[in-house]
Amino acid sequence: MNKLLLIIKREYLAKVRNRSFVIMTFLSPVLMVGMVVLIAYLAQLNGNGKQVIGILNESDYFSNAFHSTESTMYVWFFDMDLERAKDSTERAGYEGLLYIPRETDLEAVAKRSFFYSKDAPSTLVLDKLESVFQDRLRQQRLQEMGVSTQDFSSIDHRFEINTSTFLGEQSLKGINEIKMGIGAVFGYLIMMFIIIYGGFVMRSVIEEKTSRIIEVIISSVKPFQLMLGKIIGTSLAGITQFGIWIVCAGLLLLVAMAVLGIEPASLTAGQDVMATAAGDLAPPIPTATDTFSLYFQETLKIPWLMLIFFFMIYFMLGYLIYSSIYAAIGAAVDNETDTQQFIFPIILPLMLGIYVGFFSVFSNPHGPIAVGFSLFPLTSPIVMMMRLPGGIGEGGVPIWQLLTSIVLLIATFMGIVWLAAKIYRVGILMYGKKPSYKELFKWLKY
Amino acid sequence: MNNILVTKEVTKQFGNHRALDKVSLEIPRNSIYGLLGPNGAGKTTLIRIINQIIHPDRGEVFFDGSPLRPEHISMIGYLPEERGLYKGMKVGEQALYLAQLKGLDKREAKRRLKYWFDRLDIGDWWSRKIQELSKGMAQKIQFIVTVLHEPKLLIFDEPFSGFDPINANLIKDEIIELRNKGASIIFSTHRMESVEELCEYIALIHQSEKILDGKLSDIKKAYKDNSFQVGLRTPDGASLLQELEDKFQLATPVYDAMAKQLDFTVRLPSEDSRELLTFLSSRANINNFEERIPSASEIFIQTVQSKEINE
Repeated sequence: MNKLLLIIKREYLAKVRNRSFVIMTFLSPVLMVGMVVLIAYLAQLNGNGKQVIGILNESDYFSNAFHSTESTMYVWFFDMDLERAKDSTERAGYEGLLYIPRETDLEAVAKRSFFYSKDAPSTLVLDKLESVFQDRLRQQRLQEMGVSTQDFSSIDHRFEINTSTFLGEQSLKGINEIKMGIGAVFGYLIMMFIIIYGGFVMRSVIEEKTSRIIEVIISSVKPFQLMLGKIIGTSLAGITQFGIWIVCAGLLLLVAMAVLGIEPASLTAGQDVMATAAGDLAPPIPTATDTFSLYFQETLKIPWLMLIFFFMIYFMLGYLIYSSIYAAIGAAVDNETDTQQFIFPIILPLMLGIYVGFFSVFSNPHGPIAVGFSLFPLTSPIVMMMRLPGGIGEGGVPIWQLLTSIVLLIATFMGIVWLAAKIYRVGILMYGKKPSYKELFKWLKY
Repeated sequence: MNNILVTKEVTKQFGNHRALDKVSLEIPRNSIYGLLGPNGAGKTTLIRIINQIIHPDRGEVFFDGSPLRPEHISMIGYLPEERGLYKGMKVGEQALYLAQLKGLDKREAKRRLKYWFDRLDIGDWWSRKIQELSKGMAQKIQFIVTVLHEPKLLIFDEPFSGFDPINANLIKDEIIELRNKGASIIFSTHRMESVEELCEYIALIHQSEKILDGKLSDIKKAYKDNSFQVGLRTPDGASLLQELEDKFQLATPVYDAMAKQLDFTVRLPSEDSRELLTFLSSRANINNFEERIPSASEIFIQTVQSKEINE
């Protein structure tokens, strides 16, 4: 036990003191925050640029059909021929010129209208203009059919079905997606951590092999102790790194926002859009702020403690399983270039977990595929984490599934660690062999 | 209980390859024991079994009279043939770590390291990284780490590889010193020359089997064939040679007429060389007369060859 602690300490310090670890730890948040700030800044920049469109209207229609908005401004030209209007549009640096000719009827006007611009116009600009024409043309048709505008708007009604849980709570549209998004973040974290830190474990094993210190060490400790110490020490370094990142990223984000004067709200614009979009669809009773606070409350209602508890369990078991496989691979090869053929089969279930999570858990969190992959031990840490924010028990993940997946995971953990330790034990003393799967299988029997 | 280590019919199989086949050894306390054999004979496998890195399929190992147990690890010091250190770690830190893994507490490890660093004159290396040291320098550190916990049994696998002659000598003296202080030493090598000056006992391992073991002097006695190397000074070499060849069994005679020197090897039917000496002293000046004792290397080759013929 004492020796295990010594090994953990050494592995931890070796990792943490490493220059690249220090650099990556402190550079990554700077890069991350830099990206966020850059994106926010660019979005702001883009939003500020107001598009100006010149309109030369010679017809009798459309005289008050175009209304300037926050992002688009319409400038009207009067008493000018087309050439001069084009000229001044270009000189003024406007987005383009909409030319509406004088014709006998609306359809002809619409047909002959032109949009002139320096470069090919964006579809966004065209969409706006086209929708004005379409509205105008529809009104005309309706009038011809004898339907008044009021009558039309009274039949043009958008409908949304009301939803509720069996318990009678009003269920919010999109809240499931938010919950699963949170689960996805947890699942994604597990995958990233496994890939990055599993790789560290593997490289550390290879280093001991190539530096030939391995035999010196295993004459003092059991290979299994060394492997375990290495996995634990490296993961502690990883947890340290995550801890530093979370603290640093938070601090830097605050500092950057204060310095650049970016409103925190603009960073969460995406969520706002989601919330308001959902709000539009929801029954017209709650106002926008009500909806937002409802979503907020609903997010708070997610059983965070339970989530974090199971995150720790799935994270630990998943990481231990995968990193012991990584350790076995490191032991089997002589240098990193030989690891490729073994790495791919490890990454595969992880990727599968993420994609199955995104595609089938999101569409049906309790469907057979989602259930299957959340029980299968190599994908369950990721997929189960995506299902769990929906709760446990009624309406959520059935308890038997949760227990089965954990039991399977523990059983797999013991099996894999046992196998990995066997390969590791033989592999660390083998030099100059490029092992095949067949060879590895033979090692199990040594 | 005069043996520090006894192996009884130790057998180890790797897949289709039998690495050790019923190897039984007795390693006497407070001696230097040479474990000899060509590369791939099974020496390293045997050593790894003694170090409990791998376990035998059959057979038993006794350390200090009791079956080998995990606690014995701290009483064994092992310098493997494939050895190295963490490149990015500082010398002192690394030595401390390895010493602690052997069960020394930090304070004691530090004290002993200071002693050894001073003794081998490397005190100022403490805070340097291994990658800044030469191969020979790193070997010194490894030697220190191997002996630091004052084990009862020391196992050196090719200890002199990587050392220049001066440092090899230094390490050889240290090994003898350790033996004098009471340690038992297993010395594994395929270079027979170094065996002669160090080992009191040897065992020959060939193709996974022990083919010979015992006290080196006894083995040599058993393998000597009453041959004598003789050098004479005589003006009349040719006729003397003729006479000698009639009377005795001669081999490789060389006569240098200019120096009037006659050299040959003679093999006698028994240890008794008085008749030969009387004859020689009556005919010529004897420059040298010496019994030919086979070297470890000759014994080794001879044993291996005779074994192959028998098979």
